Amino acid sequence: MHATDTTQDTQSAPGTAEQQWVEVCAKSDLVPDSGICALINQKQVAIYYSKRLDEVFAIGNYDPIGKANVLSRGMIGSIGDHTVVASPLYKQHFDLRTGECIDSPEHTVPAYEVRVHNDRVEIKI
Amino acid sequence: MKQRIIVVGNGMVGHKFIDGLMSNEKADEFEVITFCEEPRLAYDRVKLSSYFDGSSAEDLALTTEDDYREKGVVYTLNDRVVSIDKDKKTVTTAGGKTEAYDKLVLATGSYPFVPPIPGGDQEHCLVYRTIEDLEAITASAKESKVGAVIGGGLLGLEAANALKNLGLKTHVLEFSKGLMARQLDEGGGQLLCEKIEQLGVKVHTGKNTKEIIEGDECRYKMNFADGSELETDMVIFSAGIRPRDELAKQAGLDMGERGGIVIDNHCLTSDKNIYAIGECALWNNFIFGLVAPGYQMAKVAIDHIIDKHEEEFTGADMSTKLKLLGVEVGSVGDAMGQTPGAQCYTYNDGVAQVYKKLIVSKDGKKLLGAVLVGDTESYGTLQQLFINGMDLPAAPEQLILPQLDGEAPVGMGVDALPETAQICSCYDVTKGDIQKAVQEGCTDMGGIKSCTGASTGCGGCAALTKQVMDAELTSLGVEVNNNLCEHFEYSRQELADIVRVKQIKSFDELLESHGHGLGCDICKPAVGSILASFWNDYVLKEEHVGLQDTNDIYLGNMQKDGTYSVVPRVAGGEITPDKLVVLGEVAKEYKLYTKITGGQRIDLFGAQLHQLPDIWQKLIDAGFETGHAYGKAVRTVKSCVGSTWCRYGVQDSVDMAIAIENRYKGLRAPHKIKFAVSGCTRECAEAQSKDIGVIATEKGWNLYVCGNGGMRPRHGDLFATDIDDDTLIKYIDRVLMFYIRTADRLQRTSVWLENLEGGLDYLKEVVIDDKLNIGQELEDDMTRNLANYQCEWKTTLEDPEKLKRFRHFVNSDERDDNLAYVAERGQRRPATEEERKNRIPLVEIAD
Repeated sequence: MHATDTTQDTQSAPGTAEQQWVEVCAKSDLVPDSGICALINQKQVAIYYSKRLDEVFAIGNYDPIGKANVLSRGMIGSIGDHTVVASPLYKQHFDLRTGECIDSPEHTVPAYEVRVHNDRVEIKI
Repeated sequence: MKQRIIVVGNGMVGHKFIDGLMSNEKADEFEVITFCEEPRLAYDRVKLSSYFDGSSAEDLALTTEDDYREKGVVYTLNDRVVSIDKDKKTVTTAGGKTEAYDKLVLATGSYPFVPPIPGGDQEHCLVYRTIEDLEAITASAKESKVGAVIGGGLLGLEAANALKNLGLKTHVLEFSKGLMARQLDEGGGQLLCEKIEQLGVKVHTGKNTKEIIEGDECRYKMNFADGSELETDMVIFSAGIRPRDELAKQAGLDMGERGGIVIDNHCLTSDKNIYAIGECALWNNFIFGLVAPGYQMAKVAIDHIIDKHEEEFTGADMSTKLKLLGVEVGSVGDAMGQTPGAQCYTYNDGVAQVYKKLIVSKDGKKLLGAVLVGDTESYGTLQQLFINGMDLPAAPEQLILPQLDGEAPVGMGVDALPETAQICSCYDVTKGDIQKAVQEGCTDMGGIKSCTGASTGCGGCAALTKQVMDAELTSLGVEVNNNLCEHFEYSRQELADIVRVKQIKSFDELLESHGHGLGCDICKPAVGSILASFWNDYVLKEEHVGLQDTNDIYLGNMQKDGTYSVVPRVAGGEITPDKLVVLGEVAKEYKLYTKITGGQRIDLFGAQLHQLPDIWQKLIDAGFETGHAYGKAVRTVKSCVGSTWCRYGVQDSVDMAIAIENRYKGLRAPHKIKFAVSGCTRECAEAQSKDIGVIATEKGWNLYVCGNGGMRPRHGDLFATDIDDDTLIKYIDRVLMFYIRTADRLQRTSVWLENLEGGLDYLKEVVIDDKLNIGQELEDDMTRNLANYQCEWKTTLEDPEKLKRFRHFVNSDERDDNLAYVAERGQRRPATEEERKNRIPLVEIAD
């Protein structure tokens, strides 16, 4: 296991050449207005489903401020135009589309492209 | 070289002087020595009677020995200055100590006057002034059934209240025609007398005690000048105070004809190096028997000693407002109408038992004084009109006439007050001080209190302080915005009302009808809590899952590394050995770090998400249920062992604690709620530091509300005394539901009460007198909520769909590889970053 992979406090650029869509789980595994965590290529990815927006989001599960793999267990919502998750540890907000931490912009988590295909959830990673 | 100041006497005023001098910018120029004849440093004599409600000497203390040491104040306790040598500038104590001074401050206070009545010096004939006096009264009351207080003034009525609360048949004997003859006119005194008699205290006016002799049925018999008699077991003298001036007399200082040390406007005595302040000082032939003028004198004396010469003592406002034996009494200025040409308005409502009188100047333009009995709501307005010499409104009688429904109360509005108007006389806080505090960022009563001290003394100015604060907030253009967050333009209380009245059952429904956006981590848990408080649905129902905060969502308390702690309910802290063994076995199996909590239960730390269901299955099989340690909910009811085992217990506190915990378990609220039940007044369960505290008495229970430990400790307020089991539960139901309905988000009961307009008295009116006529409704809300109680863990374990969420990965059985622990004192704890880097031997984790 490579714990260091998930502890990097950097943003991965989505859409680079080596990335490809990976099937993760069934859409029914998602919890409405809440998050789950998937292990993809030894990376921990938090996946959220907003029922109101009917949209799925994916970001890294590691909270760079609380230093633990917990973001999938945070609460989602909106701040102004941002759709965010609040870390369950110290409540900083991370933008679900960009991975940016709104409260301390020096921190960012990876953000992943995500789509639902034939009722299966797929992440580009 | 430093100037040496000796302060004789360490009562409230002596202490105020020392405190003021030591916090002055010129403090380094002085060294201070003080002598105190009592065994402890200054304490709050104004609140002395709270000693009978369970306050300790420490609670009443105004300072500590540590504090004095820190400030470099040299103090001697249990020793009295017996002589002054004005020429050599020295003082000598009874203990034989002699100290030299540059300036001497006499703050020797007063002593209770005991009229020279034959037989008045026997055992069980006591006075009411010091903590020691109160201890003697308590001891004497234990061997007495009937008590008599000589003197129907302010202190006498406090003493009578104490005797009544100690369970004695109580009599008050007053020499003059009415009670509180110094503050009330005849009409006010008579009404006060009637009201007090209704409370079971017998009042005898026009009584001049001739002698106290052996009694027939009681210990003593009092014979009066009019030939009548009264049997009693104990006597408390409260016939006024006399200045402690013997020291000044010995030193040859100028004295008043009837005692008192003569002072000028700088509080200087006839010796230019000696000052006198407080109740021992005579200014303009007048002794001031209240603490506020004493504090003013202390301020003036400091001003003179540091050579500033800006302040002078020019008399003081003797207005008072207080509650005696539950009766509200207020007196402003010249209450007797002795000013030449004074005219008066009187309002006397014999049915509601309210008496109000205004004394106005000859031209009818200024207020000279007022008397209020039974309703003191207009006290603040009247007192300000008086002390600031403001013009009366055109129809002054409106100030005391009752308002008809819908009419705005007649007041002058705080805007009319000058900035220098003193709002809090206990701590000398002016309107300007409060405005400044608001400008510097205090926007609630809690902030104003801790920043200015206003309304932390007698509390009489609380309403006025809040009005000044609100007015200042408004004038600063601070819209007092209590919107919950950007998604709801309502306060928590308003949302709670909407949910309750419109029967809204889900967040989505509420967001749709009253909000916008997606919601956030502020409004979602707040609404989740409101829904749970009123409907008590299963919190992990699909529509509620997204509302649950960090801990609620997995029914455990998340720790810093993302693992959880497990806390099963141990009602009242009572646990069988078998259950204790189960906890030990579970902890061992999952290698959980184990610690006893402050709420008398056991916390098991370090459980991973996927382990929670297995752990809880084992606990529930053994008869445990969830402890709701993860929720803003009722937590624990701490108890002492009580009358079943304890030699001192008077009630079965464990039984009551378990009953209370089982009744309210699972109740969700704006914040967590803690209870405790103590089996006797020794208070081993520390109930006064809880939201709801219950203390056993010989006759039932005393209920304390809105206490807090933690970050901002607050002693609970005594809410009701000697109540039975059913009344206790009824009051708790109502207090808690009222709190749930009206509190702000994440507001503990302590802060809620401090911000509740009308405070404790208002809460009593709502709960005990049912003023709003919602008592039954509150109880019904509670009953409905409690009927829906479920152990959330039991429900979760029965639902395979819900259990799916209790795994770290949706697509793998691996566990979080970021967890790392080290061993310490035979258990594990999360490794620090340093330890991770240095690869300190890590301990294994159970799978």
